[in-house]
Amino acid sequence: MPVTLERIPGKEERVILSMGPQHPSTHGVLRLVLELEGETVVRALYDIGYLHTGFEKSFESKTYSQGITLTDRMDYLAPLSNNLGFCLATEKLLDLEIPPRAQWIRVLLTELTRIQSHLVWLGTHAIDLGAMSVFLYCFREREEILHIFEAVSGQRMMTSYFRVGGLALEPPLGWLKGVKKFAKSFPARMDEYEALLTRNPIWLRRTQGVGCISAEDAIAYGLSGPSLRGSGVDWDIRKKQPYSSYEKFDFKTVTRPEGDVYGRYLARIEEMRQSLRIVNQAMAGLPEGPVKADAPHIVLPERESMKTSIEALIYHFKIVTEGFHPPVGEVYQAIESPRGELAFYMVSDGSPKPFRCHVRAPSFANLQALPKLIEGRLIADVVACIGTIDIVLGEVDR
Amino acid sequence: MAADLESNLALKKLRDLNPEAVEDARIFRDEVTLYIHPAHFLRACEFLRDEPGLKFSFLADVTALDLYPQEPRFEVVYHLLSLETAQRLRLKVRVRGEDPRFITAVPVWPAANAFEREVFDLFGIVFDGHPFLRRLLLPDEWEGHPLRKDYPTEGYR
Repeated sequence: MPVTLERIPGKEERVILSMGPQHPSTHGVLRLVLELEGETVVRALYDIGYLHTGFEKSFESKTYSQGITLTDRMDYLAPLSNNLGFCLATEKLLDLEIPPRAQWIRVLLTELTRIQSHLVWLGTHAIDLGAMSVFLYCFREREEILHIFEAVSGQRMMTSYFRVGGLALEPPLGWLKGVKKFAKSFPARMDEYEALLTRNPIWLRRTQGVGCISAEDAIAYGLSGPSLRGSGVDWDIRKKQPYSSYEKFDFKTVTRPEGDVYGRYLARIEEMRQSLRIVNQAMAGLPEGPVKADAPHIVLPERESMKTSIEALIYHFKIVTEGFHPPVGEVYQAIESPRGELAFYMVSDGSPKPFRCHVRAPSFANLQALPKLIEGRLIADVVACIGTIDIVLGEVDR
Repeated sequence: MAADLESNLALKKLRDLNPEAVEDARIFRDEVTLYIHPAHFLRACEFLRDEPGLKFSFLADVTALDLYPQEPRFEVVYHLLSLETAQRLRLKVRVRGEDPRFITAVPVWPAANAFEREVFDLFGIVFDGHPFLRRLLLPDEWEGHPLRKDYPTEGYR
């Protein structure tokens, strides 16, 4: 039996409505069970698992390097953030130092990922609330970013570009041209979205005072990312627990005091501008040097050296057939993904495959606050509230 | 982050509160793991959440490990975060393999709700006192708990 709400005796006139899983505004396959009194939601429940593919079990039968490809498919709107989280966790387990150039390219690309993920959020959020044109504009810009991903990794979405020890390969010559072009045109595009929404009376009526959550509740329910900062909590892992040399970049943590859908909208919009600042800084100061760590037993050798050096050939064979052996131990590596705290809890028993790899998915935790946001509101606001917590069901269900 | 275990404030304060609460403490890559005695778990959690200077008000994650065939078989793992001090802490509780049960942390951190349901679903550990303990990711009629180490990954079940 699918999850449902029990009727309360004496309240038989209330309607129990199942919303989803095939509902366009649930951003995937989320099912909600709503108890309605008239048009007001009295109680709400969510039902997930439609996309459950057992990634955490699969990790246990793959080597660390093979596991990276699975991470792309969890949060499919932010594949590079997932790659980064997985690689950082493994590198922490190995105690591996990454060359600066690789770190900076990682920062640059994950910030582009943040922008493109927020663009999808903005587009779908706007179309849910009736603003069709924003959707089309957002996807136009997103496509430019996906072109950059395609240039560096060969894939638009399932990139698997970050590897344990650095990057898969040095980005092709001239790849920064595309980034520069995007960075130049994007501020004006942002103004365009804001002109369409920020002071639009319909948008304000649909978002202001809707889906309110206080800072205390947001923390108690485990909200993270822009959803937490939209309630005025100053918490950004990039600032507070910097990783991948984020401490060298100058950007602001965006917090909004409102705690409603509009506040979270403004927080994400401003976050895109801050991400663009980071992208510009990363381009300006991109260090030269290798993009892979000097660790022959972990990082695959260059193709050329394999043809001339027997050691490289042996290492290649060992890494491909067996994998590398991290020491026995466990690490929890959190990063600030576009949706919040994305963390990999990696346990190693010394074998080339993780003993356990648990993903702390931000969407999974953020979804918990949804019933709190919609109870007592009109059914039309449910759509606004689903959009505002910015969930990706691939990540929720894993 | 504290580089050695003895200077860890959470460990020190917990030991002051109740010498029996912490069974064991470990550190790896600057991450502190405290093994909490099950009988003192909820008290220790409330203390960690409210004590000034610690304030682990954010429960980031709950998951479990299956150490099959070792006994006690399961470890329930809690990842705490203090937004004030930007410190993280890992709590672990050992749970035996036969009829695995533990108590819920929902009264302390409401965020534990879905995470504990996931652990129940995939490991079969029952959390007593949980407000809505039923399968989360798998259908209700599913047999077995896939993240257990004795759950087959191929062939017919």
